[in-house]
Amino acid sequence: MKKFSLLNHERIPMHEIMAEDEISSVLKQYGIGKEQLPKIKVNDPVIKEINATVGDVVKITRINPTSGKSYYYRLVIE
Amino acid sequence: MDKIHSMPKRVGAIKFGLISPREVRKMSITPIITADTYDDDGYPIDMGLMDLRLGVIDPGLKCKSCGSRAGECPGHFGHIELVAPVIHIGFNKIIRKILRSTCRKCSKLLLEPAKKDEYLSQLNTLKEIGHLPETYVNEIFKEARKAKNCPYCGEEQLEIKFEKPSDYIEDGEKLTPTEIRDRLENITDDDVRVMGMNPETARPEWMILTVLPVPPVTVRPSITLESGQRSEDDLTHKLVDIIRINQRFQENREAGAPQLIIEDLWELLQYHVTTYFDNEVSGVPPARHRSGRPLKTLTQRLKGKEGRFRGSLSGKRVNFSARTVVSPDPNLSINEVGIPYEIAKHMTIPLKVITSNIDILKKYVSNGRLIYPGANYVVRGDGKRVKITEINSEELAEKLEIGWTVERQLIDGDIVLFNRQPSLHKMSIMAHTVKVLPYKTFRLNPSVCPPYNADFDGDEMNLHVLQNYEAMAEAKILMQVQENILSPRFGGPIIGGIHDHISGMFLLTRNEKNVNKNDALELLRKAEVRELPEPMGYDEVGDPFWSGKQIFSQILPKGLNLEFSAEVCMKCDTCKKKECEHDSYVFIEDGELISGTIDERAIGAFKGLVLDKIVKEFGTTRGSQFIDDVTKLAIRGIMRTGLSFGISDEDIPKEAQVQIQKSLVTAETEVSKLIAAYEAKELDPFPGRTLDETIELSIMQKLGKARDQAGNIAGNYLGLENSAVIMARSGARGSMLNLTQMAGCVGQQAVRGERIRRGYSGRTLPHFDKGDLGAHAHGFVKSSYKSGLNPTEYFFHAIGGREGLVDTAVRTSQSGYLQRRLVNALQDLEVQYDRTVRETRGVIVQFKYGEDGIDSTKSDYGEPEFVHKVVKSVTGKEVV
Repeated sequence: MKKFSLLNHERIPMHEIMAEDEISSVLKQYGIGKEQLPKIKVNDPVIKEINATVGDVVKITRINPTSGKSYYYRLVIE
Repeated sequence: MDKIHSMPKRVGAIKFGLISPREVRKMSITPIITADTYDDDGYPIDMGLMDLRLGVIDPGLKCKSCGSRAGECPGHFGHIELVAPVIHIGFNKIIRKILRSTCRKCSKLLLEPAKKDEYLSQLNTLKEIGHLPETYVNEIFKEARKAKNCPYCGEEQLEIKFEKPSDYIEDGEKLTPTEIRDRLENITDDDVRVMGMNPETARPEWMILTVLPVPPVTVRPSITLESGQRSEDDLTHKLVDIIRINQRFQENREAGAPQLIIEDLWELLQYHVTTYFDNEVSGVPPARHRSGRPLKTLTQRLKGKEGRFRGSLSGKRVNFSARTVVSPDPNLSINEVGIPYEIAKHMTIPLKVITSNIDILKKYVSNGRLIYPGANYVVRGDGKRVKITEINSEELAEKLEIGWTVERQLIDGDIVLFNRQPSLHKMSIMAHTVKVLPYKTFRLNPSVCPPYNADFDGDEMNLHVLQNYEAMAEAKILMQVQENILSPRFGGPIIGGIHDHISGMFLLTRNEKNVNKNDALELLRKAEVRELPEPMGYDEVGDPFWSGKQIFSQILPKGLNLEFSAEVCMKCDTCKKKECEHDSYVFIEDGELISGTIDERAIGAFKGLVLDKIVKEFGTTRGSQFIDDVTKLAIRGIMRTGLSFGISDEDIPKEAQVQIQKSLVTAETEVSKLIAAYEAKELDPFPGRTLDETIELSIMQKLGKARDQAGNIAGNYLGLENSAVIMARSGARGSMLNLTQMAGCVGQQAVRGERIRRGYSGRTLPHFDKGDLGAHAHGFVKSSYKSGLNPTEYFFHAIGGREGLVDTAVRTSQSGYLQRRLVNALQDLEVQYDRTVRETRGVIVQFKYGEDGIDSTKSDYGEPEFVHKVVKSVTGKEVV
């Protein structure tokens, strides 16, 4: 059976693991700690697909007609 | 008075557990052994239910336990030693699960040791993440239940049947609470942990009661009636029952009564304890008062809308509020609210006395509470509140000095909050400016009905008087009616012209109508227009006249440019725009209405584009002024021509009636042809439909078309000179469908979107043949409302009408519950100054409000951007 990548589905926005310095700049921008970020489970299909591990922060880029591009950050949890 | 300044603290954790018999005895101040409450002298009996050590409720007495007075003494618990254990009705579900998953002989959890360890570690991880273990624990129980034999002692496990309300039957024999308790007692602490409970705070055997706590008298105060007779609380009654049975049980057992009697008494004790906790358990007849009223026991106190949680803790009663019937007053501004003198005299605003207001406040105080405007209280410099009476008013006015506070009555111009329930959106509470008026109702401008969803068929509304300047300023900036003209729901106006306002503007602005000077001044009298424009022309006598469009233009702000299709637009294939022969293309240039008719699309609530543009471009103040002006102008406009509707407005000429009849007859014959084809099995089914569905659908379709056709024929004969057509086409009220039903044909009555089929077997009514599929036999109403319905039609119409009523009733309760749940889930979310949405812990929910940061109120009818329109307004060119 042919395997499909979730990431190619048009309804799934781009997920990428963030670099440490990128994370700290985001946290600084919002004045928060890592635990105040929205969460995503490590067993989420997309997280499995990009091989993120607990403690990583993923950056989600959503494209929509009202804002063009918008970014969302989620902390990977158990 | 020494104030205790306490730091606000965050609740670290809340722990729930079961109360153990030991704890009950420890917190108890006395055992309760007698069922009697008072002796012959009316003195509470020691160790009775009203024992003085349980707390005090009578003022003046001191508590025997703590020495404090009534009101200070919180009350103290007692306890009843139950002769035999009984099941706590609230724990049946978990008791059942535990019994089924533990061994009937050795009470071990029916799982292999390795499995237990695995489950335990999984439970611990769940706890660490902060997840609820409930679903997982259920899985464990399910797994344990599967065992046929105990893995430890090898005992065969028997099925345990649970019977409502609290019987456990194992292999045909009822388990007594004592037996159940023994089994639960023998479960090891380690097994309890695997079952998701903490044995230190919740041992399973504590779910079987051996001792019952007796709540303090402060929880169940008795009332002394006027006759001097005492009336006890329902809980006390119930406790009396429990003690009585408990005593009888004990006596019988000591006397060695037969097993049968003991069992009966045991069951009775179980019944009383059950109803003491919950008097609405299914399968248990509710315990009743002597009068036959069911007792309100513990669960009933907490549960439901008037229970402790929703009624006493979440619900609050407030001071400085008023409530009365609302009625309309089109002469008020939308920002105003009319308040009766009686209410204004009772509502007060506290004002600090300062040099600049001392004179006027002195006047208020000397007026007292009876002469309006006056004052009801003063707070002296030493903080003492003095009531102003007729006797002391002059004296107090004399003594009034700076630093005192005067609670003066409500006067014109004060800011108050006005509310109508159900408060479903933010526009359900808005700030209004007070206008004190005679008579006894709150008055409001009919234009603000849509946001409150109010009408004047007896609706009541609430008023709240703000008590300080900070609150008033905040209300004025954020909550005043004019700040809420635009709704965040769809980015358009929710306040605007309704009903007659729309008909009025329609009559005034449609086509060229000549208005003489007298009428022009009369029309514009209420608006702040003091100069008439250049007349459109002069009549044969040489008197000037103006057009209705010119009159309307006078209340438009200069610099307003707008074009759109009006509600009356015929939706022609090619729009001729300004040259529209139906006068339905609105074109406004620099505040001048050049062409088009003003109707719902221009000034209506929810749709009004002119309103929308004025509020967005010229500000809320200009917007509110425009609404005030347009409504007043419209009312004058409708009165100039008059608009009435009567039964003769539904008259259609003879030839039209004949035409309608003809088209209905044709439809009927077509339907019978379809039926004939169906019965001859010649009908082709629609794709994916059965033959029965196909015939129903085709009949429905045919008859629907027939009704529309009848409507069109009627519509052709009812022109725009008909007032009902004016109302329907301008969007003021009603629709062309309503008119069709009145003048042409009511049409098919439906239940759940299908033709009416219920009733007798094979037919709806005995008037029809069995299996008749014809139009009349299944709820097609051929008559119009005007011509009148025949008896069968009338009956079908009632069926269809009732479904509508039931639907609305069901929908409101369902959407109300949905709203409650949504609000409870979202109430703590807040948009911060950095535009993130966060909850109370500071955890981010959205990084930008709505992911795009758009305030829908400020957007153009929900459109995300406005740049294209700005470019067009500046350059006059459409850009892509």
